[in-house]
Amino acid sequence: MSTEERYVAAAYLVVFAVVLVYLVVISAKVARLERTLGELVEKVRERS
Amino acid sequence: METLRQNRLPVVAAAAAALIALAIVLVFFYAPLDEDGLNQKIFYFHVPIALTAYACFCWGAWKAIVHLWKGKPGADLESYVAIHHGVIFGAMTLVTGSIWARYRWGHWWLWSERQLVLFLVLFLFYSAYFMLRFSVEPGPQRANLSAVYAIFGVVLIPISFLAIRLANQYIHPVAFNRHGPQMSGSQFFTFCVCLAAMLALFAALYQLELAGKRVDARLRELRELLT
Repeated sequence: MSTEERYVAAAYLVVFAVVLVYLVVISAKVARLERTLGELVEKVRERS
Repeated sequence: METLRQNRLPVVAAAAAALIALAIVLVFFYAPLDEDGLNQKIFYFHVPIALTAYACFCWGAWKAIVHLWKGKPGADLESYVAIHHGVIFGAMTLVTGSIWARYRWGHWWLWSERQLVLFLVLFLFYSAYFMLRFSVEPGPQRANLSAVYAIFGVVLIPISFLAIRLANQYIHPVAFNRHGPQMSGSQFFTFCVCLAAMLALFAALYQLELAGKRVDARLRELRELLT
C-alpha cells in the first residue's frame, strides 16, 4: 500500500470510526432506556 | 403520508445507508483522478462533511430562533441536538482535512491558513455551547441562554465560508468560485451524491438522537408520576 493510499484509507476510516462510536453510544443509551422502562413496568405491576 | 411521517427514522436511515454506499462506489469506481492524485478522493467526503457541519449549525440556530420567537415546545432540544451533530461533523472535518493536508502540504495544520483557523474558531465556539448549557440548571433560563448563544455562532459561518475567497494568498484549494464548480461533470455529480449522503446521515442521526431524548424525557415524567 502506497503512502497516498494509506492517507485516503485513514481519512475514510476516521469517518467510519466516528459513525461507529456514535452508534455504540446510542446503543448504550437505548439499553439504559430499556432498563428504566423495565423498572417502571415493575413499579406499575407492584401497584396494580 | 401518515405512515411515512410515523416511520421517518427508518426511511431516512435507509436512504442515508443507500446514498453512502452509492457515494463510495462513485468515488472509487466512477470519478476520475485529477492532478491531486488518489489523495483527491478525500475531498469527496471532507467537503460534504464540512458543508453538513455548517448546515447543522444553521439548523440549530434556526431552531433557537423558533424557540425564542414562538416558544415552541421542543425547539430548544432540537437546537441542542443539531449543534451536537454540528460539533461531531466539525471534528470529522478537522481530522479528514488534516489527513489530506499532511500528504498534500506536508503539515497536519497551518496557522497561516485563514479558512482553517476560522473553522477551528467556529468549532471551538460551538464546543463551548455545551459548557454554557450544562453550567445552567435545566429550565427556561438555560433554554434561552443556549438559544442566544446558538444564534450568535451562526454569524461565524459566512465569515468562515468566505474567508478563503477574501484571502489574497492561499494554498487551500477552491472547489467552487463565481464561475461555478472547478471540476469535471462526473466529479461534480459524485460530489453532489456525497453531499446528499452526508446530509441524509445527519438527518438520520438527528432523528435517532431526538427520538432517544424524547423517550428519556417521557420516562423521567413517568418515574416522577409513579414516585
